[in-house]
Amino acid sequence: MSLVARYLEEHGIPTVVFGCARDIVEHCGVPRFVFTDFPLGNPTGRPFDPASQRHILSLGLELLERAPGPRTTVQSPYEWSADATWKARVLTREQPFLDGTDKEKWLERKAAYKELKTMGSA
Amino acid sequence: MSHVRYIDRTREYYRSEGYATPYRWAHFTDVPFARLTRPLAECRAGLVTTSEMVIRGRESELEHVENDPTRPGYSLPMATPTAELYSRKASYDKHATTLDDVDAYLPLTHLRRLVEEERIAGLAARFQVVHSQYSQRRTLTVDAPRILAELHEDRVDVAILTAV
Repeated sequence: MSLVARYLEEHGIPTVVFGCARDIVEHCGVPRFVFTDFPLGNPTGRPFDPASQRHILSLGLELLERAPGPRTTVQSPYEWSADATWKARVLTREQPFLDGTDKEKWLERKAAYKELKTMGSA
Repeated sequence: MSHVRYIDRTREYYRSEGYATPYRWAHFTDVPFARLTRPLAECRAGLVTTSEMVIRGRESELEHVENDPTRPGYSLPMATPTAELYSRKASYDKHATTLDDVDAYLPLTHLRRLVEEERIAGLAARFQVVHSQYSQRRTLTVDAPRILAELHEDRVDVAILTAV
């Protein structure tokens, strides 16, 4: 997503990225970024909490208006939970993002893509 | 506790799965920057997401996307009622959260309200879905140009991107 933001910006369209993986987005480098320290999946607010969603979106609009230059990150004030154990469990073997059929599907696609690439058609 | 270091976690996880070569995340020293050329209240907003949205009951229309290993992007009408949309994204933190509330990653309800309140002038005719690719080259040479072309067609002034 960061690559798309950069491409649009190079072609004159101001962008704002909403995300939960601060290190990945900032490692790439984007013009404007609203970071929310939530589990991957909810970059624009807590599920079923319209107030947080609206607030986070408004932070992004303000960035579009006021960011002084590239690599401007704003962190939203929300905390997922007082208990941060979800962070310790991210991407561990006990709790992978992809498992079962999702993992099989991912591996199949990866292999098929590799084959297309080898044939020069991807 | 500070934020999760996903780059380190991913590297460690895939090493433990037996992958010898770590994924190289995109990294640039220069970052482009385009300024607004008019007040936000006069801007039409586009919306781009990695949330793999589908319209309930119309999944078959996206079968070609599911079956294509290059994971092509696609667009859906922005006017689709939020209640008819859901995400097929598999790669998110399903142990900690849910994708059951679309507005927590694709803020359509709030964007529509902001148009009514004249905070923004309007929304594009469609929103774009892009897959979190394992090919950065394809993202840059296939997905991004397609998205830019559609945003131009929809006369978009600013783009909101949600990384799910």
